[in-house]
Order: sequence, then structure tokens, then C-alpha cells
Amino acid sequence: MSMNNEKQITAKMMSFVQALGKPLVAFIVSLGYLSQFVAKSVYNCFMPPFYVRLLGRQFMNMGFYSLPVVGLTTLFAGMVIAIQTYSGISKYGAESAVATVVLISVTRELAPVLSALMVAGRIGAAMAAEIGTMRVTEQIDALVTLSANPFRYLIAPRVWAGIIVMPLLVLFGDVIGIFGGYVVGIYKLDFNPANYINNTMSNLQSIDIMTGVIKACVFGFIISIMGCYHGYRSKGGAQGVGEATTNAVVSSSILILIFNYLITEMIFSR
Amino acid sequence: MSENKIEIRKLYKAFGKKKVLNDMDLDVRQGESLVVIGGSGTGKSVLIKCIQGLLIPDSGSIKIDGHEVVGTTEDIHQKMGMLFQGAALFDSLSVWENVAFRLLDKSKMSKKDAKLEAIRVLRQVGLAPDVADLSPAELSGGMQKRVGLARAIITRPEIIFFDEPTTGLDPIMADVINDLIIESARGLGATTLTITHDMASARKIADRIAMLYQGKIIWSGTVKEMDKSDNPYLRQFISGSSHGPIKMEV
Ligand SMILES: Nc1ncnc2c1ncn2[C@@H]1O[C@H](COP(=O)(O)OP(=O)(O)OP(=O)(O)O)[C@@H](O)[C@H]1O
Ligand SMILES: [Mg+2]
Repeated sequence: MSMNNEKQITAKMMSFVQALGKPLVAFIVSLGYLSQFVAKSVYNCFMPPFYVRLLGRQFMNMGFYSLPVVGLTTLFAGMVIAIQTYSGISKYGAESAVATVVLISVTRELAPVLSALMVAGRIGAAMAAEIGTMRVTEQIDALVTLSANPFRYLIAPRVWAGIIVMPLLVLFGDVIGIFGGYVVGIYKLDFNPANYINNTMSNLQSIDIMTGVIKACVFGFIISIMGCYHGYRSKGGAQGVGEATTNAVVSSSILILIFNYLITEMIFSR
Repeated sequence: MSENKIEIRKLYKAFGKKKVLNDMDLDVRQGESLVVIGGSGTGKSVLIKCIQGLLIPDSGSIKIDGHEVVGTTEDIHQKMGMLFQGAALFDSLSVWENVAFRLLDKSKMSKKDAKLEAIRVLRQVGLAPDVADLSPAELSGGMQKRVGLARAIITRPEIIFFDEPTTGLDPIMADVINDLIIESARGLGATTLTITHDMASARKIADRIAMLYQGKIIWSGTVKEMDKSDNPYLRQFISGSSHGPIKMEV
């Protein structure tokens, strides 16, 4: 009886350890694959041939067509921040506080993070779906048999586009977000337009803009790499491609938030 | 110099515990049309992918023109062409850009010349020039196979691989593809390796047939020899019977 009990407990313990261990091992293995993939991608970003036409198409998809969604999110973010600052901070000196807080929070945090999350959902997903479909329909194998390197043909243009386009989108988002704060300040809170602009301009610092741009480069890289990685490794038909798409969006969103914290800490907690 | 175009020795490839190719030997002679037959899941596609470096074998040797290609970093694809089971056309490119992919990518041929060349090869596989500007998604399965064939032969490769070229086609279209394979291979003097489980197709295009079973080539010979052979595995496969030594893992 007790022997049996002991056996059962050991078995339970074993399966518990196994249940813990399996995902852990799987996680470590996939980290290995990922770092190998990243290294290979970065290397091939600098190796000819460079497919300029493909890069142009990625610029259009990722940059131009993302303008509306980035503009919309940052506009509302700027507007909300203006109201919250006004109601949260004492009404004395609110005029200069609102302009400053809008400026800093939009350029340092909101424009880069919100734009990146939106682009991850829009473009990261599309990359994973497109490359994943190419994988399961053997188009990637076909590239290799036609002497073209898939890393140079498919991945390098997307990575370059991510690194170059995201900062531009964020600069655009900065302008729109600050404009959103301005609109609320002038038409809702009855601030003086000239004073508001003055306050914004005198507090404008290059470190704020630069922080946003640096973050944007990193986020753009994350979005493209995660989209390509999950697409490239997808298998098993339509279902596999669907999973790859979800994983690309979820993992890049989480990484964006983590790296946002790390970069912020590196720059501001001195 | 051996007369073997492709020489495979002790090729071993497993996925996890599953041994797909188990110390397999195979020779493909210069200029011949070899057809590898075998049941679903016996590793025919894995074999072709190993030869082309799309999969890396666990051990063994593959020599092409006497040069070892396992683990090589050279571009071995220059002299090879491949028709994929599902055609694998790039759906972001038009039909002619698919066919001319190699010309546009590597050689510095102008777009205009590449398109003319693509249209010439499309004609060769029986497609009208107005197909050239369509997108692959607008074509039927049979037409996609023809475009895939055109893409594979446009640079006149020495070796052409066909992965189940007739699967999923009606019998007449299948025969048209068979004829095209024979014509284009003969026309180029190419060595071809075809994998299929379509026996009608195998009989038509093969100089020699090899049967893959449980990771090894268990029989090879000409079509005539095949019909005379009393190898029970081969007999069962040809007659398509569910009774015999081959047990399907369901
Ligand atoms: N990338 C892979 N990962 C894991 N297993 C694989 C992989 N590729 C093939 N296999 C396994 O290897 C075996 C042989 O597959 P293969 O595609 O070569 O079969 P096949 O002979 O071409 O069959 P069919 O005639 O159905 O195309 C299958 O059981 C398959 O599950
Ligand atoms: Mg197959």
C-alpha cells in the first residue's frame, strides 16, 4: 500500500518536473534557432546582391501605407495626454505643463511605442503570413534551387525597411501627436495658441527626439526579424501559417515593450 | 572519370527517431532518365532535397560529376533545374518573371531580352505568349506545372529533377507533361531524376526505374526488366494491391 503510494507520488513528481522541463528545453532550443536566424539575417543584410526593387516595395508597404494608422493613434494619444495632464496637475501653470508633458510623453514614449505596436500588427503579421506561405508552398526551396539566397532576397529588404522606415514613421507621429495636444489645448482648454507653441518650442530637446528615433530603429528591427523568423520556420499548411502570424505579432509586441523599458533605462536613469 | 552524373553512397537521414533514408545507395548515369518510385512517405522528396542541399543528410556522400556536394558552399544549383510538386511559382511575380527569374537575378540580361527568352521557352512548353503577363494564381494546375517546367529548363541545366510531375493532373494533361519532360530532357541532353508513384508516367519517361522502400533502393532496372521481375515488393507496387509484403503504416 505505502509502496504503491510512494510510487504514485514519485510518478507525479516526475511528470511535474517533466511538464516544467519540456517547455523550458523547447524555449532554450528556440532561442538558439532565433539567435542563429538573427545572426544570419544581419550578415546577409550587408552582402550583395541588394534587391533595390524589393526594398522599395517594403518601404511602400511598411512606410507609406502605415501613415494613416500611425497618424491616427498618435493624434489621439496626444489629445488624451493633454486632457489628462490638465485634469491631473494643478491648474496653476497648466498652460506650460500641458505643452511640456505632451511634448515629452509623445516624443519619448507614445509615438515610438504606439506606432511600433500598430506596425507590428499590420506589417509583422503580413510578413509572417507571406513568408510562411512561401515556406509551405515550397517557394523558399524554389528560390534556393534558382541560386537565390532567401536571406538576401526575402529577409534583408524587410530588415532594412524596418530599420529605416520606423524612425521616419515615428518622426511623423511626433508631429501629429504634438498637434493633437495643441488642438485640445487651444479648442478645449482655451490656451493661448502663441503661448502653447512657444512653450512647446522652448522645451523641445534633441534628446527627446533622438530617444524616439533610437527606439524606432530597434523596434523596426524587432518587427521585421520576428515577422520573418516565424514565417520562415512555419510548417504544416494554412494552420501553421496562421500560428506563425499570431506568434509574430505577440512576440514582437512583447519584445517591443521589454526593449522600450531597457532603452529608457539606459538613456534616462543616470 | 566515372560515367555517373550523380553518385549516392550510404545516404542516411532521420527525423527524430524516424529513419527516412537508411544507408541508401543510388547511381544516376550521365544522360539517362531515372525514375524513383515508392509509396507515399517513403522519402522520395527527402532524397531529392538532400541532393539539392535543401536538407542536410545526417551522413553519407552525394557526388555530382565526381564532386562531393554534401556540406559544400559552392553554388551547385547552377547546373540543376527543379520542377516542384506544387509548381512553387512565386506569386508576387508575373509568369514571365517567374520563368526568367534566373536570367534577371544572376546574369545581367536586360528585362526586354529576358522577357523575349521567357516567351520563347513558354512556347516550347505549349503556352501562348499572352500568358506571360498573367499572375501564377490565374493559371490552372496544369498550366502552372508547365510554367514551372519552363522556369526549370530556361538556363539549360545538366540535371533536372521532377517531383511528382503528374500528381493532381487529369490523365491527358499528365501525358502532355510526360511528353514535355521527355522532349525537354532529350532536347537539352540533360540527366533527369523523376520521383513519382504514377506508374503510367514512370513507364513512359524512364530509361531506368528504381524502387525506394524503407530507406533503401530495393530494386532497379529497365521497364522491361521490371515487367519480368518477380520481386514481390515491386510486383505489389506495380499492381497497386493492398495485399503483399509492403505494409502501409496507417
Ligand atoms: N522537414 C521534415 N521534418 C520532419 N519530418 C519530415 C520532414 N520532411 C519529411 N519528413 C518525413 O519524412 C518522410 C518522408 O517524406 P517525403 O516527403 O520524402 O515522402 P514522399 O516519399 O515524397 O511521399 P509523397 O509521395 O507522399 O510525396 C515522411 O514520413 C515525413 O513525415
Ligand atoms: Mg513527395
